[in-house]
Amino acid sequence: MSTRATVTVNRLRVRRGRRYVIPDLSAEIRPGQITGLLGPSGCGKTTLMRAIVGVQKTHGGSVEILGEPAGSPSLRRRVGYVTQAPSVYGDLTVRENLRFFAAVLGVDRSSPEGALATVGLSDVADDVVAQLSGGQRSRVSLGVALLSRPDLLILDEPTVGLDPVLRRQLWSTFADLASEGTTVMVSSHVMDEAARCDRLLLMRDGALIADDEPQALLAQTSTSDVESAFLALVERETSRGD
Amino acid sequence: MSLSVTLAIARRALTQLRRDHRTLALMLMVPCLLLSLLWWMFDRDELDFGRFGPPLLAMFPFIVMFLVTSVATLRERASGTLERLLSMPMRKLDFLVGYSLAFGAVALVQALLAVGLTVGLLGLEIAGPIWALAVVAVIDAVLGAALGLFVSAFAETEFQAVQFMPALVLPQVLLCGLFVPRRSLPDGLDLASDLLPLSYAVDAMQKLQTSADLSSGFWTDLAVILGFVIGAIALGAATLSRRTA
Repeated sequence: MSTRATVTVNRLRVRRGRRYVIPDLSAEIRPGQITGLLGPSGCGKTTLMRAIVGVQKTHGGSVEILGEPAGSPSLRRRVGYVTQAPSVYGDLTVRENLRFFAAVLGVDRSSPEGALATVGLSDVADDVVAQLSGGQRSRVSLGVALLSRPDLLILDEPTVGLDPVLRRQLWSTFADLASEGTTVMVSSHVMDEAARCDRLLLMRDGALIADDEPQALLAQTSTSDVESAFLALVERETSRGD
Repeated sequence: MSLSVTLAIARRALTQLRRDHRTLALMLMVPCLLLSLLWWMFDRDELDFGRFGPPLLAMFPFIVMFLVTSVATLRERASGTLERLLSMPMRKLDFLVGYSLAFGAVALVQALLAVGLTVGLLGLEIAGPIWALAVVAVIDAVLGAALGLFVSAFAETEFQAVQFMPALVLPQVLLCGLFVPRRSLPDGLDLASDLLPLSYAVDAMQKLQTSADLSSGFWTDLAVILGFVIGAIALGAATLSRRTA
């Protein structure tokens, strides 16, 4: 491969209680692409993303980002993470939230305004976050992740509960960011969002069952949509296991 | 530690508090109302208001700050904002000192109001300087904030956080020398009293009541309380971990 992977996950193990939620997972995420992490809820998508961001306790293997171990202090401005529940302050305004996180990140004063424009919240900038709709709240959270112009953006189910128009807008924002060189990793349990990704990781029970481009995946399973491809792969795996 | 990050956290905590008018009003008014109630109770007996007033002046800010801080930090843990901050270039000490500064500032206002009321309107008379009352009250408030930050790590819900008040604060109130002089406590309990920070706050207040001379152990008491504050902040820092299960 000519370009170096942004994220390299090597034989990652994560245990919760006695159970391995991720028994042994390896993957690479390539720079400047949108990688979709798809799988049913509870399959370990969030755990994998948290391990990449470096906030997850792991029990084996390694995760490297931009050549450094996940969670290294030098990565803290270079990796943006948006959790599934918007992690912003409900009792502050949108602008106050962005300004606060910009001060913590030590980025310049113009970055909150830039982030506001990117996530399309300039009109409600002075509204208290708790009074916004769920979709607007998650965009505030996304705006915070964009403040430091990260090289790697990890988004956990960013489009849940959004109306189709907003979903399309967000996906085009992701595409813009990727075309500017940001590596974007998006998780979703909605399979039809897969078509917008450059590459797909399909996950089930803590393991990857596919790592391919959307078209190649469909061709390989002779299916016409990602949901059927997912089912075909699961069936193939179970019949092999018997 | 980074000064700009610490100040950003303090400023943000104060903005949040400013927006919550009811909490702010309760924090500032409740100690004043309770002290007025005490004064009214001892209507006919100035001596007893003089005996109970100063220790309570140390206790109220301690309790109020303990509660507010433990819930505020718990909210920060539950909402995911703490995890987000820890994934940013923020040091744990920035977070703890930022919160202590913010709540310390509120404590200062609270202490000034309470001291102004008891000395100015309710006629509390003490032998020592009046500013020293406010100093003890503020340090005690910061102590409450520091302990609140620490215990929030052990609470998963607001219900649990609030229950830490009777569990950790009331024993200190019982053993601090307000009900039974510390020297007259039974064996074992006197030792326990020596190990609890509030005892030193009440000691300091009682010294102010009876003596104009601050060199008779007042500063030592203050130093002990400050030691507890630093210890609680260090323990609090140990409970903030960047990686969680």
